Amino acid sequence: MMSGNEAAARGAVEAGVQVVASYPGSPSVQVLECLAAVAREREIYAEWSINEKVALEVAAAGSLAGLRALAVMKADGLNVALDFLTTLPLSGIRGGLVLIVSDDPGAHSSVKEEDTRYLAVPAHIPLLEPTTPADTRDMIAWAFELSEKCALPVMVRLVTRICHARGNVTLQPIHAGSQTPRFDPDPGYITAARFHGRAHERLDNLLPLYAAAPFNPYTGPADPELTIVAGGVSHCYALEAVERLAAGDRVGILRVGTLWPFPEAPVLAVLRRSRRVLFLEEIEPFIEEQTKLVAAEHAAELGPLEFLGRRTGQVPWVQKARGMGEMDPDIATRALAAALDIPFEQGATRSAEAQAALDDLPMPLRQPSFCAGCPHRAAYWAIKSALAMDGRQGFALGDIGCYALGVMPTGYQAIRTVHSMGSGVGLAAGFGKLRAMGLDQPVVAVIGDSTFYHSGIPPLLNAKTTGADYLCIVLDNGTTAMTGHQPHPGCGVDALGDPTSAMPIADLVRKLEIPLTVGDPYDVHGTVAAILELLQRGGLQVLLLQQPCALQALKGDKRRKVTVDPERCRGDACGCGRLCSRVFACPANTWDSAAGRAVIDEVVCAGCGVCAALCPEGAILVEPPQGDAHAAP
Amino acid sequence: MLPHDPLNIIISGVGGQGNILASDLLSRTFCEQGWHISVGETYGATQRGGSVVSHLRLSRRHAYGPLIPLGEAHILIGFEPLEVLRILREYGHADVRVVMNDRPLPPLEALQGQSAYPSLDALKAAIGGMSRQLVVVPGTRLAQEAGNAQAQNVVMVGAFAGLGWIPLEKGAYLQPIEGLFSGTKLAVNRKAFELGYQAGQRQ
Repeated sequence: MMSGNEAAARGAVEAGVQVVASYPGSPSVQVLECLAAVAREREIYAEWSINEKVALEVAAAGSLAGLRALAVMKADGLNVALDFLTTLPLSGIRGGLVLIVSDDPGAHSSVKEEDTRYLAVPAHIPLLEPTTPADTRDMIAWAFELSEKCALPVMVRLVTRICHARGNVTLQPIHAGSQTPRFDPDPGYITAARFHGRAHERLDNLLPLYAAAPFNPYTGPADPELTIVAGGVSHCYALEAVERLAAGDRVGILRVGTLWPFPEAPVLAVLRRSRRVLFLEEIEPFIEEQTKLVAAEHAAELGPLEFLGRRTGQVPWVQKARGMGEMDPDIATRALAAALDIPFEQGATRSAEAQAALDDLPMPLRQPSFCAGCPHRAAYWAIKSALAMDGRQGFALGDIGCYALGVMPTGYQAIRTVHSMGSGVGLAAGFGKLRAMGLDQPVVAVIGDSTFYHSGIPPLLNAKTTGADYLCIVLDNGTTAMTGHQPHPGCGVDALGDPTSAMPIADLVRKLEIPLTVGDPYDVHGTVAAILELLQRGGLQVLLLQQPCALQALKGDKRRKVTVDPERCRGDACGCGRLCSRVFACPANTWDSAAGRAVIDEVVCAGCGVCAALCPEGAILVEPPQGDAHAAP
Repeated sequence: MLPHDPLNIIISGVGGQGNILASDLLSRTFCEQGWHISVGETYGATQRGGSVVSHLRLSRRHAYGPLIPLGEAHILIGFEPLEVLRILREYGHADVRVVMNDRPLPPLEALQGQSAYPSLDALKAAIGGMSRQLVVVPGTRLAQEAGNAQAQNVVMVGAFAGLGWIPLEKGAYLQPIEGLFSGTKLAVNRKAFELGYQAGQRQ
């Protein structure tokens, strides 16, 4: 059993990868984690880079030195790396260079659904997409070979339902990479526009290799009434839809596994075989559009065709999770049933009586929330309070990471913009220059520690030199928490867990000669006072709020026991409006309806003690850590 | 040996409850039987206190996609009652069997008083009414008894094993636990599994 991420790592090891670099991003975080775990044994160089552009550059250096190399990033990260990526096909590469990009249809762990398949086109690079974890292993191993044959970096698009899926994977032998790196300065690797034609030629040369590979299979009757053209995990849903509707004798399926350059031959064969084509793919209608181009070029020969897909509405966009680009077996089956006019009912059937009983039952939504003890909750409480007390309608700008939950009720909707990595600090650099034009509201930018290194430094330096006026609050929990606690340049450990030199944020800010204040978010009252004072003082300021991620720090014996004294808690008579559970809203602060008193859920509580500082009656008591009665709080 | 093919199992819980470990343990057990297994995990940003769902699909014929169609879940292993109801409403097959931990974890919306958390009795009645069999296990209490409340996921794996809905030897379920853990963690998880297994067998 392997996840898609593990299978991708395995495929790379089997192909003899020697250099890997990544910046953590869901859903493909585990690829580098798996490779780092075997890096010593397999003599692989593995690193968590400061951002995706540097990750691709580190991997490309391996390739230019003749080694097989891999870079891994999520869709958002490809945008960061894109500037460099578009130069590589012009300069050329040497060792097989594979780029894994993970898209997130449904935006399960992203702020947007970006379909990166479209970016392979302007970058002039081959693009592949696997259907299962087992197929991922096969495809990654092949991608290295392909890259060397065409001297272009090869991009492999994974999606959430591949990365976070698990399945049976058959392993192949490992061909350990044992190249000695060597850079050949003559002729070097120079990006020049005159090589544009060469890149196109190299792409065209791939088509025979695609035709010989097993990644674009057609299954079904020789003369189908309709053909499904599917890419990625949607191929599984296509197979299941045909099975559920028992339509195997009427429907053919073409899987498109090599997406760019678009494999015209097998698609043209489909268009010659059947008049009707149904497209199943994730996020945008890429295969659908490319197929229509092929059809247009052969219109005279093919005659009228019927296309059913996202663009034409027969495959509807369905709002799922937080996006609408995800495919599933039900969307696929409904679309196929409608196209074939086969009656299809789905879902749980229940009596009217049972349904009525269900409808009467309250069904509270479960929105994401900060974990119990999360220092971000305390920080947002302080930011929200300080901005209100300041009274000048100040506002906070955020970006992406755990702390993006600052836009939701769990973060008191304290941040009012969310865009991309570091963009809160950059927007603030703009807002902070609007003072002269009459903007009189205080501006606060919020950024996490890993994001600060990734893309917070240039906008802050920009603000320093332009004299932009704002308060930058860095929420430093000592790790890349959102993606599962990967190290960043402030941590002093590398991807293998070995000690390395650390560059603390405080040192950086001091070197930039920006006024710095350091605080503890768990000290809510102190943090409110600090923010208020900095806002009043004005000018460019950095407030560094430091407290380790509660998921890492407050485990087991290190937890302090927090309890409510039922004698001191006055319940609803207090007038606090259940400040601890309803307003502060930590999941550990619950309510005993029978007693009409606040109560701490000891299974959930992380022992941060922030609620104790907030309770107006001082009814919440904090005891020292259970494991060590003498430890400082 | 499989009551349906594909047999579809959902594990539902809340971020931090250990869904993925439970689905990992079960899929390793099933993989050892030589079956085709597909697992789809839904987590990500949602793991921060949101709903977490694992889909497991077992077949002796061929591998299926990682998502179970609506109305096609044959077995539901639930770590939290409200999440069981949420999943069952959409995914429950007419023949669905449910084993669930009875420990409520009210979502933020209920804590903040915008919506009430249904009473446990009302939840049990609604879930029981929608399933062929409902087994309620005091999973968190048994995990505390085993030494760590967090081990409720392994208690529930044990309860599922003990129920014999997929008739495999107890050892087949224990093997991945022995492989993944050592020392104190192994002792706690072994005990958690055992307490769950006994609770399942008593049904």
